Amino acid sequence: MSNSLWRKFVNVLMHAASALSVLLAVTALLAVLGYVLLNGFSALNTDFFLRLPTPVGIPGGGVANAIVGSMIVIGLATLFAAPIGLGAGIYLSEFGDNWFGDLVRYLADVLSGVPSIVVGIFAYALIVSRQGYFSALSAGFALGVMMLPAITRTTEEMLRMVPTTLREGALALGVPRWRTTVSVVLPMGMGGVVTGIVLAIARVAGETAPLLFTAFGNPFWNVDVAKPIATLPHTVYTYAISPYADWHAKAWGTALVLTGFVLCTSLLARRLGRQRHLS
Amino acid sequence: MNNLITREDTNLVAKLARTIGASPKLATEASLAQAQAETNVRVGAAVSAGGMTIENLTAGFADFTAVSNISLEIIPNKITAIIGPSGSGKSTFLRCLDRLHEEVRGAWAGGRVLLCGEDIYAAGVDPVQIRRRVGMVFQKPNPFPTMSIYDNVAAGLRLNHFRRVPQLDEKVEQALRQAALWDEVKDKLQQSGAALSGGQQQRLCIARCLAVEPEVILMDEPASALDPIATLKIEELMRELAREYTIVIVTHNMQQAGRVSDFTAFLMMDEDRAGRLVEYGHTKQIFTNPKDKRTEDYITGRFG
Repeated sequence: MSNSLWRKFVNVLMHAASALSVLLAVTALLAVLGYVLLNGFSALNTDFFLRLPTPVGIPGGGVANAIVGSMIVIGLATLFAAPIGLGAGIYLSEFGDNWFGDLVRYLADVLSGVPSIVVGIFAYALIVSRQGYFSALSAGFALGVMMLPAITRTTEEMLRMVPTTLREGALALGVPRWRTTVSVVLPMGMGGVVTGIVLAIARVAGETAPLLFTAFGNPFWNVDVAKPIATLPHTVYTYAISPYADWHAKAWGTALVLTGFVLCTSLLARRLGRQRHLS
Repeated sequence: MNNLITREDTNLVAKLARTIGASPKLATEASLAQAQAETNVRVGAAVSAGGMTIENLTAGFADFTAVSNISLEIIPNKITAIIGPSGSGKSTFLRCLDRLHEEVRGAWAGGRVLLCGEDIYAAGVDPVQIRRRVGMVFQKPNPFPTMSIYDNVAAGLRLNHFRRVPQLDEKVEQALRQAALWDEVKDKLQQSGAALSGGQQQRLCIARCLAVEPEVILMDEPASALDPIATLKIEELMRELAREYTIVIVTHNMQQAGRVSDFTAFLMMDEDRAGRLVEYGHTKQIFTNPKDKRTEDYITGRFG
């Protein structure tokens, strides 16, 4: 075989191998989505979104408390993580060119690699065990800790993309450093920062392990952040490990709602990201 | 003002320089003094507003020295051009004059830079205050993309104060008129500055700089990213602005230096790669009758 033919053969081979990998990856994704959709769709009806869970053996009921509970917990997590992450990201991008910045960056990367169950135990030890009760607040804290490194690093990266010439343009006008950051750098990077926050929300929305020790779950209606609260991932978990067929169906339905929420959040993040590029 | 030089002083320095065989630095000072003497009336009138004296300025980054031991005097209401080959420290020198140099990581500077007689590098001097008195226009037009044309011009005033700026509209209009941009943008002040042409953007940046009412305007190759017609407009504008402002311009373009400037300083790097002042004097003298062989070689295009 001539050299050129051999090279062409290798080329085709590599091309086919990578195409096959893509196919496998997409198949896995579509299989998960399809399976959830197939099994979950039949459980969905208006009651599912509006009603509270019913006791075992009584048909009907829904997961309204878990939908609202998840929103509360994620809202608390965002309230906790977004301001701190934003501030830390601004620091790293604008003032973090030193050993301390390097240290913070390293710690943020370590934190994002900590298993979520460990974060749950941390929140349990710090809040639940001291207060003596499970609560939505402790769950929000746990998810917030998980969001923190993601928001910090994306904020930093987005602000770093703002050209230095703009910062210097403002500084040369005699604008103080902090005002330059707030009025020139931040508005430029805001689109990307918001995208980063939304992506962080999508990432933690499905976390279950930290909620086991914090939100705990609650079959009743609750919007009190100082009490145990139902959440979508935790509801999937409780229903799925139960021995009842009815609950299994509801687990699929809840899984579908959760998947749909994460999907919509990711799409929203993409949209926000695209708008930034247009402007 | 102690940096006022009388004609007697000038002659003395020049004579002294001639007698001792004129070290390059002294010769520079002598020619500078001569130049000053020729504009004696104006210097005397305006030294308080916009005059700068640079004494033994040495600056660089980390262990690299970009400019070494530069001393020269910026004459008020005149255009001083800084020319020299790439890497001779022109931009670093310029950025030392409004203390923007130190914003880069690892940057350092030593020596004295006097603005109206006071050292801007003295302890306790706030660089932010200096930058309000010494404006800067950059190589690439850098209007703030998130702001409208109006807001760009108002930015310096707004971001430097907490309260509402009185007569902001008038100040914006005046700055835009001074920058010869008013007629082109008066109907679209609320549109983004990013939609303007490159030349208009640069004039917008000049207007932004003027709105703060600085005493000195530094320009770092302000026309190098523009086409010839836009360049010509900027140059005309500079001549116009020199009536009221002191201008220091860094340029790669020797024709430009020859066209617009009153004084020219020629910088060149030494064997140690640090930029040094080779010659400083009247632009006409530098271009027609350079005293230093290296200046002549550069002017005539033998290198650079």
